Amino acid sequence: MNEVDVLVIGAGPAGMAAAMRAQESGARVAMVDDNWSAGGQIWRGVQNSHTRTPAGIRMFWGTQVVARGTAERTLLLEDSEKAFELAFDKLILATGAREIYLPFPGWTLPGVMGAGGLQALVKSGLGIQGKTVVIAGSGPLLLAVAAYLRKAGARVKLIAEQATTKAVSSFAFHMVRYPMKVTQATALKLSLHGVPYLRGCWVEAAEGEGRVQRVRLRQGRKSWTEDCDYAGIGYGLYPNTELAALLGCRLRTNAIEVNEWQRTSVDGVFAAGECTGIGGVDLSLIEGEIAGYAACGDTARASRLFGARSRAKRFAGALDRTFRLREELRTLPRPGTIICRCEDVQYEKLQQMSSFRAAKLHTRCGMGPCQARICGVATEFLFGWRTDSVRPPILPVRAGSLITRKEFQQESSITR
Amino acid sequence: MVGAGIVGAACAKELAEAGLRVAICEQNGYAGGGATAAGMGHLAVMDDSDAQFALTSYSQSLWRELAQELPAEAEYLACGALWVAADEEELREVERKFRFYQNRNVPAEILDSKQLAEAEPNLRAGLAGGLLLTADSVCYPPCAAGYLTKRAAATGGNIFFGKKVTEVSESGVRLEDNTFLTAGLTVIATGAAAVRLAPEIDVHPRKGHLAITDRYPGFVRHQLIELGYLKNAHSTTADSVAFNVQPRVTGQILIGSSRQFGVEDAVAEGPMLSNMLARAIEYMPAIADLSTIRVWTGFRAATPDNLPLIGARPGYRRIYLATGHEGLGISTSLATASLLADEILGRDSAIPRSPYEPSRSVAVHA
Repeated sequence: MNEVDVLVIGAGPAGMAAAMRAQESGARVAMVDDNWSAGGQIWRGVQNSHTRTPAGIRMFWGTQVVARGTAERTLLLEDSEKAFELAFDKLILATGAREIYLPFPGWTLPGVMGAGGLQALVKSGLGIQGKTVVIAGSGPLLLAVAAYLRKAGARVKLIAEQATTKAVSSFAFHMVRYPMKVTQATALKLSLHGVPYLRGCWVEAAEGEGRVQRVRLRQGRKSWTEDCDYAGIGYGLYPNTELAALLGCRLRTNAIEVNEWQRTSVDGVFAAGECTGIGGVDLSLIEGEIAGYAACGDTARASRLFGARSRAKRFAGALDRTFRLREELRTLPRPGTIICRCEDVQYEKLQQMSSFRAAKLHTRCGMGPCQARICGVATEFLFGWRTDSVRPPILPVRAGSLITRKEFQQESSITR
Repeated sequence: MVGAGIVGAACAKELAEAGLRVAICEQNGYAGGGATAAGMGHLAVMDDSDAQFALTSYSQSLWRELAQELPAEAEYLACGALWVAADEEELREVERKFRFYQNRNVPAEILDSKQLAEAEPNLRAGLAGGLLLTADSVCYPPCAAGYLTKRAAATGGNIFFGKKVTEVSESGVRLEDNTFLTAGLTVIATGAAAVRLAPEIDVHPRKGHLAITDRYPGFVRHQLIELGYLKNAHSTTADSVAFNVQPRVTGQILIGSSRQFGVEDAVAEGPMLSNMLARAIEYMPAIADLSTIRVWTGFRAATPDNLPLIGARPGYRRIYLATGHEGLGISTSLATASLLADEILGRDSAIPRSPYEPSRSVAVHA
């Protein structure tokens, strides 16, 4: 017998929405998240109506999915103490997205991090009060991060957006159709008053002794340096599809393919939110609700949300067109620029390779603990390579956790 | 040369340097992507039979010479191998092995229980002892194969990457795109896949699993193998696992090994992996808490008598075989190349070639 009717992987907006709707529909619901509270990346540490877990949903915090379990419709999970299997009837993947880091000279210096990454660190206690920060990369996240850091006491010097002024203005024009987005945008604008928002501008290099002290920026023909203590540089988001791939779900342009019910190509497996394509929090919430209802067979309530989803998707489409990455970013790495941080593989080594697998075997690129989550995205952008197949474990795992023999495996807390 | 795994690459280099005009056809876009990429890269001297000893020992001397010029990414590490005896019975086996190696001038030392614990502090307490073979070493096979391929190319060899051979005849090879490459002679060096080109040979895929951990420098110091390994390795029917771990230059630890017949699917199998890791943890309990970052599988080319097929393909004048190396392809690749070149060029060999002649056990259907 299955322990839960619906198992949701990921407690961000899509996962929370899915879990709540599934529970409303009478299902026994469990959630797994590798963090210690709900909210995902976007609502890390935020208290709101979406991040309060309703009673009755069984939460597995600080828990990651490692592999399939031994039986059908089970997953092997690991927390800080033990590994255990969990059986389910329906699975909803809400595995979110990760930030895209593109390599440039100096990007591995301490103090250079992702925009979202910097925000996450500040949320977990990094002191930013009085520090000078440059925010760069692409997408609306830059504005949100800049506003957050400013509120936390940082001196945000400027925001460098690689997309052109024209593209960004037309995006702003589109947003008029979404009243809530306009309200958000206006609030952001007010909180960022006085911070230059440079369009068609990007970081060419980071420099400093032992850590970042300045970044070199380019805007058209103009190139100059700005001193800073931190540089938060993120080039948008990339869907987390590793678990879906491991389960055999079909992917489409880097995201999990789903039908109108948010159902994947694998029977009983649904997906919602950024892992099915980057679309922002509003779309994630709606997709999550649809997945939650659909997983419980409540197609009537699910289909009532189709209209809202279509509207949110138009916004996502505009997002994608506006913040498309420019060609110049491909030319930033120099021969000695490190592309794979886990294994210290330099750009010039990779230039001699014909595919990601060739690079893996002959340079160790992508062989480290991040399992190509960072360099795989970068080399896809730089060389057009596709990473090879996903194998278990999808994240580094204690060797002992892969042992399914009874004498080694502790019982799942849920079955006791 | 069909195949740029470690064996094909070594043979191509040897023949090119002997003055032949060599071309390599490799289905992947790079060297060493098959069993070569899946293997551990233990350069071992084995005592299973005199023929196996002769081949491994000769090859090890060739590796030692080549090590002088290998690039750093080939990660040659002279770490020695330690055969671990769990009990008194296995300790008697250690003594037998010791005499075998000593009689053949292979440096070997017997370690008692205490010395074993000092040599490898992470082994479980109470093991009986071990045999240390100081001359054994390890390497990173794909880069070693890549280096050998480059050496072949540097001597005028043509490398055709991304070219899959679908048919081999006395006059050359046919590629997947139907091109025909004329050759004076052809060598099939495609490991377990050789049966696709030479269906009559008695070579069967034997699947293995390996896992690799994050970096823990010093956790393991030697290539470690349980003495029960040979019992498991040479059962030609049953699935088996054995404790077999290796320190990498990077500080990572390779954990093996498993053997399965009759499985063609490359998927990593939970139960097999589970048994393999459980065996490793039995010998080294602290492995349980090491972070495992990848698991993969590969197929060894196994023969009924555990010896490779090196030399003329029976029934053919211009087709040669270099396959069937089971788990010793990396170890014996250089000796294989040397013996094959000797046969092709009519040279004398450093060791007798007859034990590896494909005609020894092959029924000819041609």
